[in-house]
Amino acid sequence: MTDTVTGAVSGTLAPPAAVPGTPVRRSSAPPGTVVRHRTRRLAPGRRLPYSRLAGPLLLLLVWSLGSVTGVVDPRVLPAPWTVVHTGAHLWVSGTLRTDIATSLWRAAQGFAIGLTVGVVLALVAGLSRTGEALIDGTVQINRSVPTLGLIPLFILWLGIGETFKVAIIAIVVYIPIYLNLYSALAGIDTRYVQLSEVLRLSRWQFIRQVVIPGSLPGFFVGLRLGVTGSWLSLVVLEQINATNGLGYMMFQAQNYGQTDVIVLGLLIYGIFGFVSDSVVRLLERRVLAWRHSLSS
Amino acid sequence: MAALLEQLAPSSSVRIGGLTRSFGERVVLDGVDLEIPPGQFVALLGHSGSGKSTLLRAIADLDHGASGSGELLAPERVSVVFQDSRLLPWRRVLDNVVLGARGKDDEGRNPVERGLAALAEVGLAGRERAWPSQLSGGEQQRAALARSLVWEPELLLADEPFGALDALTRIRMHTLLRELWERHRPSVLLVTHDVDEAVVLADRVLVLDGGRFSLDLTIGLDHPRSYRDPRLAEYREQLLSALGVDQDDNHPAKEATA
Ligand SMILES: Nc1ncnc2c1ncn2[C@@H]1O[C@H](COP(=O)(O)OP(=O)(O)OP(=O)(O)O)[C@@H](O)[C@H]1O
Ligand SMILES: [Mg+2]
Repeated sequence: MTDTVTGAVSGTLAPPAAVPGTPVRRSSAPPGTVVRHRTRRLAPGRRLPYSRLAGPLLLLLVWSLGSVTGVVDPRVLPAPWTVVHTGAHLWVSGTLRTDIATSLWRAAQGFAIGLTVGVVLALVAGLSRTGEALIDGTVQINRSVPTLGLIPLFILWLGIGETFKVAIIAIVVYIPIYLNLYSALAGIDTRYVQLSEVLRLSRWQFIRQVVIPGSLPGFFVGLRLGVTGSWLSLVVLEQINATNGLGYMMFQAQNYGQTDVIVLGLLIYGIFGFVSDSVVRLLERRVLAWRHSLSS
Repeated sequence: MAALLEQLAPSSSVRIGGLTRSFGERVVLDGVDLEIPPGQFVALLGHSGSGKSTLLRAIADLDHGASGSGELLAPERVSVVFQDSRLLPWRRVLDNVVLGARGKDDEGRNPVERGLAALAEVGLAGRERAWPSQLSGGEQQRAALARSLVWEPELLLADEPFGALDALTRIRMHTLLRELWERHRPSVLLVTHDVDEAVVLADRVLVLDGGRFSLDLTIGLDHPRSYRDPRLAEYREQLLSALGVDQDDNHPAKEATA
């Protein structure tokens, strides 16, 4: 009977039909017939493994087709294989390897510092009133200053070397991590506080077994924002103020009109972002298994 | 010395004298006196807002926000069961049940052994590794009961523990709670809205009204009691009129009849 039904039939139960033989879920039910609709599944269906790669792959396909058919002018956007070829060439005989390494190292340093600072400040502010009084207002002010606007000042303070870049990335990273973790820590459900009092938990047990696990969902929200922020600020910093790294490579290519190199740089940034976000997601799924117990 | 004697042969599990509690101007408990002998099963009825939870919180030493005075003696080991199961969603059932428990008990069992035994007692053997969200509402409340058992409480405080459950599950939980009480014999103070629940379960029913007890009723029927027992009707009648419900009044308390 399923062959009369168009669209995906995901359930295994045949839906009850009021009139025997009447195909269900047909939009044009005869007048007077009561067709009982199944409840609509509101949550999206099962996730296929690696399904998140589908969108990027489709994009790649369209790009390739456009290049093959000549719809896309190679001066505007070179073909994918040209970019790959350029990449291979630069990898073997150019500076691509050191550029990638430099960029990764900057992002990693900035991210690590931002993560540490964000977590430590949030813990201090979220778990003690003194810490809250000293830290929270300060961070809120820091947050309302656009971090990229600090670049000129930081260059004057720290010079145009690596330090200022790492510092800017760290600031971009620590703010969302702090904000989300702090509000999760401070917003712990009072019912759990009462429970912990009844169970005579020590302060340390309360923090470790109730407050911190309860704030992990908020932490991961901040972590993902932080990861995105680290790449974002890296791109900006390297395109304006660098003498090496991927952004510098692209900047140079602009001067010589090498579109393929620019696209290569963008692609590499994209891959970095995608991979790091996937890693965080994976980690989140592991750590927050208790949340996914219903949906998976 | 007197304290030691008291510990060896306690005459009462809970002793409250002239207890007052107020929130701002509003006096909620106005000189409550109460004595609960060890092992007595007491139900506490009263209108919404009459201060039942406030009294319970006072006994459990959870009322940091309230001001008040009075004498209050409660045992060392007190367990509380709330209306919601209050299981931590990020800990598996067994880890929830043994949360905060430490040391060995008189029989030399460690917390995990006690937790396993308690889960078995409430009929949740085999669900130790489940996440709380995977349990039904009734099962979650059983897990909460198991958690309170691990403490081997001398006093069990329960604030409408079955309020969120359906009528059938509630009856099953009544049987379970009574069985657990038979086996462990803690004193129980059970807050409820359900007059039937009170008369079926308790040996003594208190009605809180205007900051004091307006009725202290002993129910001298043997256990197990049936909901159909006609002798319960008389007690029910007394309690309903103490709660201000007339015979043909359509009051919610009456609708709660299972
Ligand atoms: N933390 C608080 N701050 C201010 N007022 C409170 C607080 N807790 C309770 N009250 C007040 O005390 C009164 C008694 O509250 P309580 O929760 O003890 O009632 P209850 O008998 O348990 O009611 P219910 O049956 O609805 O649970 C209410 O009027 C309530 O508004
Ligand atoms: Mg209450």
